[in-house]
Amino acid sequence: MTDTTVAPSTPIDRKSSIRAFLGQLNASTWIGVFIVLALVLAAIFAPQLATHSPARQSIMDQLALPGSQFWLGADQFGRDIWTRLLYGARYSLTIGMSAILVALVVGTVIGMIAGYVGGRIDIIFMQVMDVVLAFPSLILGLALVALMGATLTNIIIAIAFTATPAFARIARAGVITQRDREYVQACRAMGFSGPRILFRHIMPAILPEVMVMASLWMATAVRTEASLAFIGLGLAPPTPTWGGMVRDGFDNILSAFHLAIIPSLAILLLVLAFNLIGDGLRDAIDPRLKDAS
Amino acid sequence: MLPFLIKRLGFAALTLFCVLTLVFLIVRILPGDPALVILGDQASPASIAALHKRLGLDQPVLVQYGQFLLQAVQGNLGNSMVTGRPVSEEILAVLPYTMELTIAALILGVLLGVPAGVWAAVKRNRLPDYVLRFISLLGLSLPAFVAAIILLMVFAIQLRWFPVISAGTGETIADRLRQMALPTIALALIMMTYITRVTRSAMLEVLSQDFVRTARAKGASPATVVWKHALGNCLIPITTVVGLYLGILIGNSVLTEIVFSRPGLGKLILTALTQRDYTLLQGMIVVYTLMVVVVNLLTDLTYGILDPRVQYK
Repeated sequence: MTDTTVAPSTPIDRKSSIRAFLGQLNASTWIGVFIVLALVLAAIFAPQLATHSPARQSIMDQLALPGSQFWLGADQFGRDIWTRLLYGARYSLTIGMSAILVALVVGTVIGMIAGYVGGRIDIIFMQVMDVVLAFPSLILGLALVALMGATLTNIIIAIAFTATPAFARIARAGVITQRDREYVQACRAMGFSGPRILFRHIMPAILPEVMVMASLWMATAVRTEASLAFIGLGLAPPTPTWGGMVRDGFDNILSAFHLAIIPSLAILLLVLAFNLIGDGLRDAIDPRLKDAS
Repeated sequence: MLPFLIKRLGFAALTLFCVLTLVFLIVRILPGDPALVILGDQASPASIAALHKRLGLDQPVLVQYGQFLLQAVQGNLGNSMVTGRPVSEEILAVLPYTMELTIAALILGVLLGVPAGVWAAVKRNRLPDYVLRFISLLGLSLPAFVAAIILLMVFAIQLRWFPVISAGTGETIADRLRQMALPTIALALIMMTYITRVTRSAMLEVLSQDFVRTARAKGASPATVVWKHALGNCLIPITTVVGLYLGILIGNSVLTEIVFSRPGLGKLILTALTQRDYTLLQGMIVVYTLMVVVVNLLTDLTYGILDPRVQYK
């Protein structure tokens, strides 16, 4: 009954509050959004934008410099770097975004339950998270991928695993501050079930912070994926990954340094974009931190 | 103080125990028989059985687990499956290289990051602030291997100021330092960006507080106010970040060690991975975790030195 009377005003409020929120975002946030969107489009339309086939090798064009035929040059097998960069964006974006999506869902649910239920469950859940945090994340990811095998799914799982505790912690902290608020007590008084209170009423309050965390961790995930590929634990060649391209370039650094630099800049650009979005979102949801970022 | 220390040590021991269990499980759950990996697919059943016996793999899993825990507590991490040497020896042989690199990078990162953060906070919303904020965001977005490769290309290959390979063996101290310089800078840059960001935000908060105004009002010089009164109250958040990122630094040293062909834990773990040396790998994961746990403990204890108001409970 309460739901029906409140419902009509909610969508209008939500729309205007989203507009107000977007208005608070600073210019650098929009730059970040623009870069990510551009790279997503580049990844989707890679076949249309590419000038060659990503696997096409050519002995004649080995280590070719950037020019009219190869816009960004060619690698040690004579493969077009521009083309491989476009296809590589697909893997960086897919792995980064899926890993963080998994970590966000799993971590937030764990943290919310731990924070809401409290007691022994809280202690056990958070102790497990602390154990995962005790590993240096790159080493943990490296060991997991090496042991499970470097497939797309395994890399996503490994990175998601390293990121989950961060989401669990922030969700738990958020739930604990909300748990005893009046609106939650009102929900309880009306006899709402625990999951309903937690996921329909408390979750919207903690979601902004979780989203900030997600975009900052998206940056970390892309960086970790690239680092793994650079170490040799990325998707197997000939799949074009940015980290793998840097690795190839590093092997040829004395003869052709553009091989290493161009994919490095691509990684830098994507990570920077996610960091810009994360910083901007944080400033917008918590104006107190505006100057403190 | 003592109860706190005991509680904190107990917690560290619990974490290590969980890690040991996790490591044991992961290595056992994995598909593939280590004996087959070592001996190859063509190995005879007899030689496989013999190796199982030597590695203790013929025992029940619970017995293996008990032995693993007991040995780990005694500092015995087993023998490498490939070289046959004790894992602890293998690790101790390269540990100093990683330690010296990490500590040097930490010191350099603090020496650069703290003044940069203070400067940015004092010059808030003016040019130095914008420049430093942009640099630190850039540094935050730079994967460790990209920073290392750029430094290598510019200062070792183009300018030839430093050697391309940092083998860690130098005749003189000057040689050693020259070899360490680039890997240290590569790691320190990343540490610096984190420290700059946290110093700036902590300083901004402290500078707006009443006691800073009081210090100014009583006629303390601007330098004393900023560097003594304000910075002194920022040391706790800075220490937290240093402790938090020291673990990340240790992990990232893998990348730096690859780029500069430097011996260290990073090189060793890669060897363990490529040769499927599971005992070496599990020993290394335990050592990495031990380092993180020790760093966390030291961070907690530092709070009390920095701030006499901190009560250990």
